[in-house]
Amino acid sequence: MRGPTADLPIRFENVTVSAGAVTILDHITLTLASGPPTIVVGPNGSGKTTLLRAAMGLVKPSAGRITWGERENVPRACRAIVFQRPVMLRRSARGNIRYVLRSSGIVGAEQKTRIGEVLALVGLEHIAGRPARRLSGGEQQRLALARALARDPAVLFLDEPTASLDPAATKVIEDVVHTVSKGGIKVVMSTHDIAEARRLAGDIIMLHHGRLIETGAAMSFFNTPKTDEAKKFLAGELLI
Amino acid sequence: MPSDVSALQLVLTGDPALVAIVRLSLAVSLSAVFVAALFGLPFGALIALTRFPGRQGVIVVLNALMGLPPVVVGLAVFLALSRSGPLGSWGLLFTPQAMVIAQAVLVTPIIAALTRQTIEDLWSEYREELTAMNINATGRIATLIWDARFSLVTALLAGFGRAAAEVGAIIIVGGNIDGFTRTMTTAIALETSKGDIPLAVGLGMVLIAIVIAVNALVWTVRRAGERLAG
Amino acid sequence: MLSRRHLIAIAASLVFGVSAHAQEKSIVVASTTSTEDSGLFRHILPLFKAKTGIDVKVVAQGTGQALDTGRRGDADVVFVHAKPAEEKFLAEGFGVKRYPVMYNDFVLVGPKSDPAGVDGSKDIVAALKAIKDKQAPFISRGDRSGTHLAELNLWKLAGIDIEKDKGPWYKSIGQGMGAALNTASASNAYVLSDRGTWLSFKNRGDLAISVQGDKRLFNQYGVMLVNPEKHPQVKKELGQAFIDWLISPEGQKAIADYKIGGEQLFYPNANDPSA
Repeated sequence: MRGPTADLPIRFENVTVSAGAVTILDHITLTLASGPPTIVVGPNGSGKTTLLRAAMGLVKPSAGRITWGERENVPRACRAIVFQRPVMLRRSARGNIRYVLRSSGIVGAEQKTRIGEVLALVGLEHIAGRPARRLSGGEQQRLALARALARDPAVLFLDEPTASLDPAATKVIEDVVHTVSKGGIKVVMSTHDIAEARRLAGDIIMLHHGRLIETGAAMSFFNTPKTDEAKKFLAGELLI
Repeated sequence: MPSDVSALQLVLTGDPALVAIVRLSLAVSLSAVFVAALFGLPFGALIALTRFPGRQGVIVVLNALMGLPPVVVGLAVFLALSRSGPLGSWGLLFTPQAMVIAQAVLVTPIIAALTRQTIEDLWSEYREELTAMNINATGRIATLIWDARFSLVTALLAGFGRAAAEVGAIIIVGGNIDGFTRTMTTAIALETSKGDIPLAVGLGMVLIAIVIAVNALVWTVRRAGERLAG
Repeated sequence: MLSRRHLIAIAASLVFGVSAHAQEKSIVVASTTSTEDSGLFRHILPLFKAKTGIDVKVVAQGTGQALDTGRRGDADVVFVHAKPAEEKFLAEGFGVKRYPVMYNDFVLVGPKSDPAGVDGSKDIVAALKAIKDKQAPFISRGDRSGTHLAELNLWKLAGIDIEKDKGPWYKSIGQGMGAALNTASASNAYVLSDRGTWLSFKNRGDLAISVQGDKRLFNQYGVMLVNPEKHPQVKKELGQAFIDWLISPEGQKAIADYKIGGEQLFYPNANDPSA
């Protein structure tokens, strides 16, 4: 999965995604390269979710193209995503992880070890046997994260993972993101929380109405935003 | 069966003729559900997971077939299995096997339609995650069927309830032969028409007990499902 | 633990396990509900099986349906009580030969209150005339059975075109003898029944025998082998063995020995060539 990964960099070349008459992503050109986390920000409806899904390979562009490591149509084996509202399989917490591992052919002792590792990473080892659907919102988000990490992906996408969580649960998620990023996984995460973006970002991508407004290193985005929209957004004035 | 003995006495003392009738009823209906599941489960799952022109029409027809009148099914199977009919050479008319076939025809749409609904609902829930996890087609079907197992068992029990309670189909294709194709429902019909009401009532009591047991089982399965898998 | 293969084998054998039954010595006899309901078969069939080892499976239907079953080849032997219909069956080539076996009789059953004033009569034709004149409630089987055909014949003998002359007092229910008796009992009506079913009927309500003993109420039974030339799979040796036994002294005695409440129901007359 990891090592010199064939999936990076992920390049968007003039990508447009439309659904019927509605344009969701409007001529986006950007690059996601290995390194510190890339945080995608923007008001609601700006296209953050679709951007992540397209980079994951779940959404085909209506125009333009997306390449992974300079190739098109690369299978998703080394990428994983945590959806905004993750769906738990009707099994225990442990069972959800086991499911993902078994589908990649990881069984036996190796499987058992790995399950223990990722559950410990997100702090869920103590409820490994509980039915996943009866976990709290925060616990389910952590389990979804553990599930995504189980196969040691090269790129991890997270769609507003802390949007509905309390500060304590948010901290757990952010700590895990920090840890795995340091461990070499490329994290691409969307958030509407500017403070969270500040805490986690290496790079920032800002979207508004499906258009790319600004990208750049976190420091320069936060301290010296170049566009009006970015300035307004950072001032908390760009709500939709 | 001696009809001057009280029906309750027969039920409580386990009169051998009564036991034979109950056993035949259960054997026929259970076999019918088994066969219906063999066809209905995969078919329902297939409709749930594939897209093709006319799909909505198929779903409407499938749901409508759940309400097939048993006598109509009985007549159709009778015409097919009669010696003068297309499948006459099988020699199955007036046998328990014919009753199994008729009930299987009756129950398959129920199982298929309920399976389709269950699998389709679960698929719409699981679709994104399973796609993101790169699960292949076989894997998806297996996962959906396993994760939906409690609802699917409920569908099977619904099919069994329908089969165990019907009389129209099996009386036509089975011929209600004494000691051979006489089940609880056909015996009740017969004893009522002979005016032996107490005996008919006794059989009815057993049948209702079975129906209640099946419903209790459905409830238990649902509860177990919620408890174990959430 | 049953493997999947085992389960499929069990299912297959349950559905298609014809072999088990086809090999056994058995025949299918299409007969009438009134004969079955009288309990005659429960009495004589075990005797036949003990002697020959042949299992007789009786499918009890209305006479019309029983003859149809024979026409379709779904039975080996037909044993009904409607001579004209039986002779038509033979003429059409579906039967080999008709053997008279026995007769029983019909009785007119009615409410004890006797609205038509026919109680105790020995004249069925006069009784039916009275019922029509008084418009007393009457239940007809209406199912092309031997009993139904006999009833229609009696109306004709009474000079009544029942199809034209019937009114709301005449109810045709299209069902068997038991159902007709149930309906008559529930609505205090007259009904023509075979004696056997009446004797075994438990739900009598206010009904009792009003008219009996008229020779025109006698009901003749005949048995026929379904023609193997029309339906090659008919079990002709086993079927003929059953017919031979029915008309043999042993079979005839078994028929005569069948009693309900001490009363004989069926009178064997296989040796009566005009029957």
